[in-house]
Amino acid sequence: MTDVDKSYRKIIYLTFPQEVSGRPMVCNLTRLFDLTFNILKAQIPPRREGNMTLELSGTEENYKKGVSYLKDHGIKVASAAQRISRDEESCTHCGTCTAICPNDSLYLDRTTMRVVFDKERCAACGLCTRVCPVRAMHVEVKNGNEW
Amino acid sequence: MSAKTTRTIAEINARIKNGSAVVLNASEMTKLVRSKGKAKAAREVDVVTTGTFSPMCSSGLLFNIGQEPPVIRASKISLNGVPAYAGIAAVDGYIGATETAADDPLNKVYPGQFKYGGGHVIEDLVRGKAVHLLAQSYVTDCYPRREIDKKVTLVELPYAQLLNPRNCYQNYNAAVNLTGKIIYTYMGPLKPNCRNVNYATAGELSPLFNDPFLRTIGLGTRIFLGGGIGYVLGPGTQHAAKPKRNERGLPLSPAGTLMLRGDLKKMNARFLRGVSILGYGCSLSVGVGIPIPVLDEEMAWFTGVADADIQMPVKDYGHDYPQGIARVLTHVTYQELMDGDVDILGNKVQSVPLTSRSRSLEIADELKSWITRGEFLLTEAQEPIPSE
Repeated sequence: MTDVDKSYRKIIYLTFPQEVSGRPMVCNLTRLFDLTFNILKAQIPPRREGNMTLELSGTEENYKKGVSYLKDHGIKVASAAQRISRDEESCTHCGTCTAICPNDSLYLDRTTMRVVFDKERCAACGLCTRVCPVRAMHVEVKNGNEW
Repeated sequence: MSAKTTRTIAEINARIKNGSAVVLNASEMTKLVRSKGKAKAAREVDVVTTGTFSPMCSSGLLFNIGQEPPVIRASKISLNGVPAYAGIAAVDGYIGATETAADDPLNKVYPGQFKYGGGHVIEDLVRGKAVHLLAQSYVTDCYPRREIDKKVTLVELPYAQLLNPRNCYQNYNAAVNLTGKIIYTYMGPLKPNCRNVNYATAGELSPLFNDPFLRTIGLGTRIFLGGGIGYVLGPGTQHAAKPKRNERGLPLSPAGTLMLRGDLKKMNARFLRGVSILGYGCSLSVGVGIPIPVLDEEMAWFTGVADADIQMPVKDYGHDYPQGIARVLTHVTYQELMDGDVDILGNKVQSVPLTSRSRSLEIADELKSWITRGEFLLTEAQEPIPSE
């Protein structure tokens, strides 16, 4: 068996039209395309339009197939509606945020004892923005197609 | 063999003035004592500088707002909507770091965000920002003014002294949560089932670990406070003079504390930050650095303290702490906490610092450079702080 690179990872923002909001679309991403999902935020009221911020990981090929599948079923797919930034001047490198960061995109460099922020790993969940004692972490909201 | 080294603070100051004093930060001293021993370290080093930068509740600002005719006897004072204590004199006030803005929703939407409080007012003043001063009076014959409502900056305040009743805790609890749901404490967020252990203090850099019996620290000790000069006034509130200690004399529980004072007008917001602790409240992160004179071999030995020597008590903040139960689950060393994962009750637990170790080091180094440049002289304590 050959090793398959499943490290492709993306965060997307989905808008579900009313007629599909009752169907198990996200579950099918796993069953049909072997994608791992992590729901970061979701609002899917029955029989109404819903939306969801979803982190997907797997192979790049399957990711693309999965996204096409969603689009084929009338779901609008956009890149994530927010991302996190750090005010480098403000951060005191205390380390409090490392308690709640769900995927270790904020972690301590144990030699310098400074907090490293790995933007590539960040799932934009926003927990750090509430926990940071000096409010150095900010949510940037997407404006049109530009950040 | 020569006699054991001893030196006085006056002798150290003479060396600071002529530029020959040898000053090390506390981590450098630890390495020196480990490699060369306390006798040689005592001969070579005059002063060891310490530093810590951490949220320190029990901090605040004593200020005077000045008069403008007709004069006022203020009975209520607020700064940027944060109430200050006004029951001191006509125009004196004290604003505490943990006071929240009067209109803060507190924990009504749990966990509360506590976006603005006394600590933030202090930071804003130090940054030179204008804050909204509201002083109100019930009017007397000698003080007819009813209200002052204006913007003020730090330079316009006739008097502004940071006055912290309790800073620099010597050792502190490491906090875990043994319950099944996340809790938000003054020790930060604690995940359920002991999934993180949060800890404060700067370890071997921390002032009171380097002088565990407060031999050289007392009323009148000059220190680095918030980027400016401050003084120790004596023991802080909750000062515990007789804790259980390990063989190095280091307390095994939260023990010594200090009351500090310094001129806010000379301070720097890099070392004085208002903080919002999710679900808990507001506070102030304070930068403190204390110079420890190496008077003799014993002080060299004490300042040689290493992170691995420091044992911190682990306590459950889910059940025990709120109920006032003093149970210590285990002790872990500061070195283990620094390394990332610690063993608690047979599990590997993620460690999370609340004290900025990197900024603590920056403070120790800043104080070191002040002394090395001859700008900062040591003082004799005028009254000891009980510690045994």
